[in-house]
Amino acid sequence: MIEVDGLSVRFGRVEAVKALSFGVARGESFGIVGESGSGKSTVLRALSGLNPDWTGRMVIDGQALTPHRSKEFHRQVQMVFQDPYGSLHPRQTVDRLLSEPLQVHGMDNPERRILRGLNEVALPATVRFRYPHQLSGGQRQRVAIARALMAEPQVLLLDEPTSALDVSVQAEVLNLLVDLQQARGLTYILVSHNLAVVAHLCGRVGVMQAGEMVELLSADDLRAGRTQHPHTASLRELSIELEEPETT
Amino acid sequence: MLVEIRNLRVQFPTATGLSDAVRNVSLTLGQEKLGIVGESGSGKSLTARSILRLLPSNAILSADKLTFDTIDVLRADENALRRIRGARAGLILQDPKYSLNPVMTAGAQIAEAWRAHRGGGRKLAEQAAIDLLAQVQIRDPKHVAGSYPHELSGGMGQRVMIAMMLAPDPELLIADEPTSALDATVQAEILRLIEDLVSRRGMGLILISHDLPLVSHFCDRVAVMYAGRIVEELAAGDLLRARHPYTRGLLGCLPTLGHRQARLTVMQRDPSWLET
Repeated sequence: MIEVDGLSVRFGRVEAVKALSFGVARGESFGIVGESGSGKSTVLRALSGLNPDWTGRMVIDGQALTPHRSKEFHRQVQMVFQDPYGSLHPRQTVDRLLSEPLQVHGMDNPERRILRGLNEVALPATVRFRYPHQLSGGQRQRVAIARALMAEPQVLLLDEPTSALDVSVQAEVLNLLVDLQQARGLTYILVSHNLAVVAHLCGRVGVMQAGEMVELLSADDLRAGRTQHPHTASLRELSIELEEPETT
Repeated sequence: MLVEIRNLRVQFPTATGLSDAVRNVSLTLGQEKLGIVGESGSGKSLTARSILRLLPSNAILSADKLTFDTIDVLRADENALRRIRGARAGLILQDPKYSLNPVMTAGAQIAEAWRAHRGGGRKLAEQAAIDLLAQVQIRDPKHVAGSYPHELSGGMGQRVMIAMMLAPDPELLIADEPTSALDATVQAEILRLIEDLVSRRGMGLILISHDLPLVSHFCDRVAVMYAGRIVEELAAGDLLRARHPYTRGLLGCLPTLGHRQARLTVMQRDPSWLET
């Protein structure tokens, strides 16, 4: 479904992503982990078309990507960001937020689609005419996901979708993402600094350090500690160390 | 006891009357590391800030007892409070980007804190700032002292904040989500640094966080807050023997690397948690 081959992104003299290659099958979830500045979000931004300055080859659903993307591309590929408060227009109601992608792509029956969209992310119909500031963080992220799904995309690019949420809300949103993927056969790329979140949602994980993908492994290998690269091992160790206090 | 809190209550006026943000919280703290854990809005920050009476201006604070080393914080005037705030009790906030002055060098900010609390000349304070930066394990303290906040990484900025808090030699350190904005490796370094400084200087520590496993890893005792109340207080090592369904729920809904779950457990909130 997604093929990335030799992707490089530069910001001035800094090479933020260096000749990165990976592939994601249809209906698969692929995770990218790494510390801040490792280039993981930059990969997503290049894929989504938010940053046109890249070199290499990227293919989504058989179509090679160019710096300029078509309207059809933006229908097919949608992105969800970390901070739902920053990514939702503060002066638009949920109804307006959800109907915009429908208008842009000229989709029929907005009434039915909006109600179905809210229902799909388990939001009550009463939030439809509220503003983002009247919702909780978890509800806002659900709205952001509902909006991304409005145009019926095949690929969702998720950039730290649960990092700004409380753990109890994070669990709900992660379960929602699993359900949606099964129901719609979506392909995910999930970027996160949290190894446990990535291993929960994704079957395969790419580990990034200083712009390079230093290791590509299965979530099971990551869980079991069958790592090749020392950076993966150290990230994993930190994650384990903090999750099991009784061992020390 | 360094801090004693009995029946603390923080309220805010709303359109429909007073709303309770912190209710009947009682805590004591000596020279130990106490963690306060809870979700956003649980009242954990307000509880800790009440000790310094650093609350929003419309907050209504009341308690049967609220003392810092025998000083009655409730009745203290601004002068007395100033001798606690920053001087005897330091506060470290989440994001150094917003807590540091962007147009002053790191060294000048630490020197300013030093002079405000200890007096002394400019030269002495500058030297003290460099010493403090070395104490928070900065390899090239002279260089960092001359840098502006935007030239420093998040972890470095947080070290500068800690150095500034150490200037007046406080007895209590309140760290409010000190590492939430940092990477996991840096997070571990900063917490180890705080832990080390606290035990070496014999300070009390209140570590506020939403991250239950992390807090239990670094503290002696953990208080779990829900909707303005402490629902459970336990020794850090007993976390897995937590009784309260909320604490258990918090632990249960975390995805872990250790075991694989098809679905995460979702917390079922019980209205009875709001009572008693």
